[in-house]
Amino acid sequence: MYGRRSRFLTFMLGAGLAFLYVPMIMLVIYSFNYSKIVPVWGGWSLRWYESLFKSEDVWNAVVLSLKIAVVNATFATLLGTLAGLAMVRFGKFRGRTLFGGMLVAPLVMPEVITGLSLLVLFITLKKLIGWPEDRGFTTITIAHITFSLAYVAVIIQSRLTGMGETLEEAALDLGAKPFRVLTDITLPRLAPGMVAGWLLAFTLSLDDLVIASFVTGPGANTLPILIFSRIRLGLRPDINALATIIILVVATGVAIAAFIMYRQQKQFQRDMQIAFQEEK
Amino acid sequence: MTDRSVSAAVDVAPHHASALSRLMRRMQSGWRSIVVFIPYVWLLLFFLLPFFIVAKISVAQLVIASPPFTDMIKWTDDGVMSIRLAFDNFAYIFEDDLYVKTYINSLKISSISTILCLLIGYPIAYGIIRSGPVTRKLLLFAIILPFWTSFLLRVYAWMGLLADQGNINNLLIWLGLIDEPIRLMYSEFAVYVGIVYTYLPFMILPLYANMEKLDATLNEAAADLGSRPTNTFLKITLPLTMPGIIAGSLLVFIPATGEYVIPDLLGGGNVLMIGRLLFNEFHQNVDWPTASAVAIVLLFLLVLPMIIYQYYQAKATEEP
Repeated sequence: MYGRRSRFLTFMLGAGLAFLYVPMIMLVIYSFNYSKIVPVWGGWSLRWYESLFKSEDVWNAVVLSLKIAVVNATFATLLGTLAGLAMVRFGKFRGRTLFGGMLVAPLVMPEVITGLSLLVLFITLKKLIGWPEDRGFTTITIAHITFSLAYVAVIIQSRLTGMGETLEEAALDLGAKPFRVLTDITLPRLAPGMVAGWLLAFTLSLDDLVIASFVTGPGANTLPILIFSRIRLGLRPDINALATIIILVVATGVAIAAFIMYRQQKQFQRDMQIAFQEEK
Repeated sequence: MTDRSVSAAVDVAPHHASALSRLMRRMQSGWRSIVVFIPYVWLLLFFLLPFFIVAKISVAQLVIASPPFTDMIKWTDDGVMSIRLAFDNFAYIFEDDLYVKTYINSLKISSISTILCLLIGYPIAYGIIRSGPVTRKLLLFAIILPFWTSFLLRVYAWMGLLADQGNINNLLIWLGLIDEPIRLMYSEFAVYVGIVYTYLPFMILPLYANMEKLDATLNEAAADLGSRPTNTFLKITLPLTMPGIIAGSLLVFIPATGEYVIPDLLGGGNVLMIGRLLFNEFHQNVDWPTASAVAIVLLFLLVLPMIIYQYYQAKATEEP
């Protein structure tokens, strides 16, 4: 629905974007502040970046968070894709309502409830079967997969609905076996959705503080847990530096991903056009 | 593909229904059930089961042990099983002023934040829709980008702005509007700012997705028939975007009610919110039964909004 954009809407857009971006820009600027007291300007400096790179705690937290994020994203994408396929393509099956409910609830469930309930689950399991022995990498990853898979499933579901079933039906009519239809048609067409889901799951995992704080054990500090324990006590210039690096990495990553997806989409449209032209 | 060919594809779909259902039957056994089975079992084990354990602990009693609560089922010496349910925790929550006040305050803060997000987010989403195709993509990207960066750091950014010696106070003093720094941090105001700031994309995106489907010809027809813009907006646009408004509002309201990080960092001890109370009850007081009861009551308060959200989510994914 294109059309005139009234002055009021243009103003709201500008103000909204300023509201979203000015705090982040300030955060970045003050990371280059020499002064130890964050809001007091003491000249440009890179000293906080230096102290950041020397900190072993920060590196350990970064490594742990990245490991969790990669394993989480991979499993969440697999499980979420299966769940999305089941919801969209399998019609009615026994327990579909409960399944659908369990797939949507993690999207809105307050984190304190999810965190608390997973922790008591892990403790009960340990009492009953002796697993998981310590809390840390494994328990955080399981917790993250549980909510990430719901996000992946949403993406896969909307993609499957958008794709329609005509190509699959054509393949079946031409005698392809159902499994071959899945591997040769459905999954390749789903691939961009799965990539988007993987990236989302990866980010959600890196972002989570509350659930990880519940299910972690002594010594296993993810990056958000480390950041939170420091900023609870007030502003810290080294956290500004860390934030700047994170913002930079994320912005670059998202921009690249968006560019690739945009190009793929164009490529797909071109392919379709050529296919239709040849048909004529 | 043009819109017409899409709708044509949809139109012929029913003819293929028989081929599809044949396929579905063939796949009934075998890998098809595995596809459902794996995520199903995962969610049952790691999502549903934990709630039952929390419910169980909420009716246990606090003891100094590890884990710090009593067993629900006890075997007496003569082999008789006795089940103990202690509803004291719930009675305690409802009798204690602090808990009731905190629940009410959480609901108040999340409701007002939701309205603020809607008032700010709606014109932004509408502004994006009213832009040209390229600008539209760029604006949408600009709205989503902060969502990908760390939530925690976005809250931290406001700690720097709102502090006593922070940027906002400095700016106001420099402008000569105030002489002394005013207290912005550790207040309900700071919590509102934090929630609106971090949850705004959650409001804009469902609204955008909904507005994308709007048909501009309806507005043109209304204008041709002499309707004023305000009237057209109230009678056509607003009702048609209701599903987006509801989805976006619930996506803000539900998680904001249980929010922990924002009230902890920006509200401090001055703002009562249930997520923070639950977290502290659990970690600082190590009172698991009370924390579990608090969680169960919170869940109970949010069940209805969650069901409504699920209904809209299911409708949104089913529509092509």
